[in-house]
Amino acid sequence: MAEQEKRNRSFSSEPELEEDAEVSPDALKNSERIKGDLDGLLDEIDEVLEANAEDFVKSYIQKGGE
Amino acid sequence: MTIKKTFGIETEYGVIHRGVSDPNPILASSLLINAYLYAHSPAASGPSAPRPGWDFVHETPDKDIRGFVSPESIAPEIEAHLVNAVLTNGSRYYVDHAHPELSAPECSNPLSVVQYDVASDQILISSMKAAKEVMPPGQEIVVYKNNSDGKGNSYGCHENYLVDRETSFDLVADHATAHFITRQIFTGAGKVGCEIPGYSRSDVPFQITQRSDFFEEKIGLETTLKRPIINTRDEPHADPTKYRRLHVIVGDANLCQVATFLKVGTTGIILSMVESGVLDRKIRFEDPVRSLQQVSFDLGLKEPLELTNGTTITATEVQWWFYEQAEKYVENFGTEHLGGDSVPLVFEWWRKVLEGLESPDNLEPLVGVLDWVSKKHILDGFQERKKISSSDVQLAAIDLQYHDLRPEKSLFKKIKQEILISEEESNFAVKNPPEDTRAYFRGKCLEKWPENIVSANWDSLVFDSGEENLQRVPMLEPLRGTREQTENLLNSSNTVSDLLERLEDNKRDD
Repeated sequence: MAEQEKRNRSFSSEPELEEDAEVSPDALKNSERIKGDLDGLLDEIDEVLEANAEDFVKSYIQKGGE
Repeated sequence: MTIKKTFGIETEYGVIHRGVSDPNPILASSLLINAYLYAHSPAASGPSAPRPGWDFVHETPDKDIRGFVSPESIAPEIEAHLVNAVLTNGSRYYVDHAHPELSAPECSNPLSVVQYDVASDQILISSMKAAKEVMPPGQEIVVYKNNSDGKGNSYGCHENYLVDRETSFDLVADHATAHFITRQIFTGAGKVGCEIPGYSRSDVPFQITQRSDFFEEKIGLETTLKRPIINTRDEPHADPTKYRRLHVIVGDANLCQVATFLKVGTTGIILSMVESGVLDRKIRFEDPVRSLQQVSFDLGLKEPLELTNGTTITATEVQWWFYEQAEKYVENFGTEHLGGDSVPLVFEWWRKVLEGLESPDNLEPLVGVLDWVSKKHILDGFQERKKISSSDVQLAAIDLQYHDLRPEKSLFKKIKQEILISEEESNFAVKNPPEDTRAYFRGKCLEKWPENIVSANWDSLVFDSGEENLQRVPMLEPLRGTREQTENLLNSSNTVSDLLERLEDNKRDD
């Protein structure tokens, strides 16, 4: 039965880390890239965010639909 | 007995009229749709639709232009009364419960559903642009593709699936319930806060779905209050002796194409498995509504859900079980009736997503694939950068703005998303109907003879050929009226009379 089986799935896109090794340069570079991407994304978002968050959220009212 | 699946999505959009002191969402929705029809689709049908040469008469002042700076500044051709139009791509665009609603045309496979979903959003974007052009400066109508205003008001993104009438509805309900509760892990669009009475934003900083807060019943007919996980509406818009239309109200609206694709693709396969009678095990939840909410709150994706047999199961485990059953199923039954070529892609993404969700602490690979993960990625990053608390109102603002459909304002558009549909394909779908369902006949007739169509509905077209009597053409088979079946007929008929005569001849020959 499904709930009693242990699924053993490796997630293929994660970098494989060697045992007993320090974090590999590749893994460091990858996480830097991810952080860099996130910073860039947040910069872009900052540029278009609604000016007054409080007013925006308060005034976003909808009628109930289906 | 298993039948060929037909799918359809109908989306109620959020609408905000900015720059007026006393906004009226019914008016705003009407203006939005009418502006689109006037600018883009004079071939729309319906008694109130603008057609070339149609003269509009202004409505009574007290109900009408209230909220605008001055009536004279609106182009006189744009009427602001309730509108209900059918478009040349076979969809229905109308005002429903103070929201603009777009019901996309019938599709034969989940990839086509995504194509027409993207097209629907494009239509709303064009509508905003068209409305802006006729409104006074400083005013704007903005559309949001989400399901809640954060204040206890919800609106839906409904899915429709053609199901064999012979299949026991109880069986459908049982399996569909298990799927709807657990598929939330990939269909959820994410939400800051909670709208169950008694909860505050700080109690639930973030949950996986927009809609689960609003569900109170396991099964029922309601759609606007006491919402049920399984909706029992019986209105097939097709031959009622053969078909049932499962009307699903429990899902979130999705912006990520893969999320929409999986939402519809997995559900279609599971319903077919029920029709074929191959599922030999029922996963029955002790308290389905509670489990629905538990899954939505469970960001760690490990919460054990109680079953009626006394055991527990997690949402991911249920999905893996469905996945494995589905793999076996298509080996024996093929994929033709499930959507053909797009089915292997459903499996590919279903597997990728379930594997990805096994690592809830590192969901980065699913950014751009699932809406709740994408939204959470933005929220977490923003909270960390600004050093604000999880109940800061800026996060609620981000939640809403993620769904803003204006391309320059949409936060979703800032994410690098996984694309399934090309721009060419979605542009095509804005004007043209799917070629493999009855939407083709509907859309093409509308395009060719807009003046002669008195009314268009899902299962019929009413023509005015100039004769004394109007002629109703029933379209009770969702897969009859395709390009293959009707293109020659349509091309070789100059007038509606020609068409009706030929249809009569064909009927006699059948």
